[in-house]
Amino acid sequence: MINFHYARANDVTDAVRQIGGDANAKFVAGGTNLIDLMKMDVERPTTVIDITRLPLKQIERTPDGGLRIGALVRNTDLAYHPLVEERYPVLASAIMAGASQQLRNMASTGGNLLQRTRCAYFYDTATPCNKRKPGSGCSAIDGQNRMHAILGGSDACIATHPSDMCVALAVLEARVHVASESGDRVIPFADFHRLPGKTPQRDTDLDGGEIITAVELPPKGFAANYTYLKIRDRLSYAFALVSVAVGLELDGDTIKEGRFALGGVAHKPWRDQQAEAALRGRPAKAATFARAADALLRDAKGYAHNTFKIDLARRCIVRALTQAARGTPQSQSSKKIV
Amino acid sequence: MTNIRADASSPFHEPTRRETVAAGGVLPVAAGSSSGAAAVPSIRSTAPEMVSVSLTVNGRTHAVVLDTRTTLLDLLREKLDLTGTKKGCDQGQCGACTVIIDGRRVNSCLTFAVMYDGAQVTTIEGLANNGALHPLQQAFIEHDAFQCGYCTPGQICSAVGLIAEGRAKTADDIRELMSGNLCRCGAYTNIIAAIEEVMRRP
Repeated sequence: MINFHYARANDVTDAVRQIGGDANAKFVAGGTNLIDLMKMDVERPTTVIDITRLPLKQIERTPDGGLRIGALVRNTDLAYHPLVEERYPVLASAIMAGASQQLRNMASTGGNLLQRTRCAYFYDTATPCNKRKPGSGCSAIDGQNRMHAILGGSDACIATHPSDMCVALAVLEARVHVASESGDRVIPFADFHRLPGKTPQRDTDLDGGEIITAVELPPKGFAANYTYLKIRDRLSYAFALVSVAVGLELDGDTIKEGRFALGGVAHKPWRDQQAEAALRGRPAKAATFARAADALLRDAKGYAHNTFKIDLARRCIVRALTQAARGTPQSQSSKKIV
Repeated sequence: MTNIRADASSPFHEPTRRETVAAGGVLPVAAGSSSGAAAVPSIRSTAPEMVSVSLTVNGRTHAVVLDTRTTLLDLLREKLDLTGTKKGCDQGQCGACTVIIDGRRVNSCLTFAVMYDGAQVTTIEGLANNGALHPLQQAFIEHDAFQCGYCTPGQICSAVGLIAEGRAKTADDIRELMSGNLCRCGAYTNIIAAIEEVMRRP
């Protein structure tokens, strides 16, 4: 790890002023990803600005009946919050499906959105990686790519976004509140994370001078019919091969509205309007779910080691939609998949 | 000098800290580079930034001066001589470094100690009470919940956190909520039994 100057920010204004003046500075909150990457020499900030004292630790109801989650709310505090458990259980479930309790006790809401990929080549500074060193090439496309993207990749990068929480936030259509010296803005969740294209070094729509202040949930939480189904190489504490978050609104056996997002398959949580349109107004049964899965995966592309993910994703989508429709969400404790 | 990452004569090679130190530690430093956005940072050639930190570990307050890069794990082991907390992976993947900060179990390897100025830290050395083992320490012995013992301090601190959280109701819950602590001897069955026994006490 290179030497760095440690600074503290007292409030949001102070934080954005400090980061605005230093292109080589980074914010640190939970530190669970940044410190790891600094140890690996992948992240090399010369100034680290500690934002853990900022007043962004509240979970508050919004006037429209939603919830506003401060960017520094820890993952466990969010997952265990009574209003989240009751009204947004897909979010609580997705959080508990990720990392370990020690990490969830540290990791912040804002930091979860800003996690970097776990692509092994991104971490390995001895290998080319366009995300770590733009223009150096992608080692994964012709390398070990079992964990990599099947949707939305580019010739420059086939990394996946590692978050579980963000897959649920995509289904809930969260809004990301950010601040900078030039003012505040709100980013719809679908626009927050980017596809790699020719600039995979940019994971999100944020620019260097911005800070996430809150994540806002709209009122609709799909508490009756939801699930978060995550398939990984061991039963706990591993990144997803494929995960699916679902929120359904049913009228009897008919789907009024159906949303589902996939994790582990793309550079961002993956939703597809065409696939969700295949659910709307249709009976909540396996044939409907299979059509929606086929629609979402119509442009899926496998590489040498990850083609299995396409069929795995199809099966996971059908299973997850079935779990949600039946009102039997996946338990994150007992790992039995029903 | 061994450098597996790049040929030192390569135009892409950037000197490592070790090489800089070996070369006498004198590389040019741009004036004002510590705060200036214009200069290319040659921070590797500068001395580490030292900061004063005060934190309470197992009830005793320590005031120390640290390199900003020091993790809480390294502070405990290298400066405070509290070597019960173990360094396993140093990447937050094994849980051997688990300690309790302000009542919450965390990976001390993924913290900068300076961020925890003023915090209350409990390590494995702080669990016994006047020489009497903590119930979890006693239960780990009685259930033979370890073989080599390297992961055990982290397992026990993690279990203390788990019980304080009050979320685990079943053995499945314990297994899931302890998944951040790896045991390469494979003593999991007995670890779960030890925790379950203490958890079920009135």
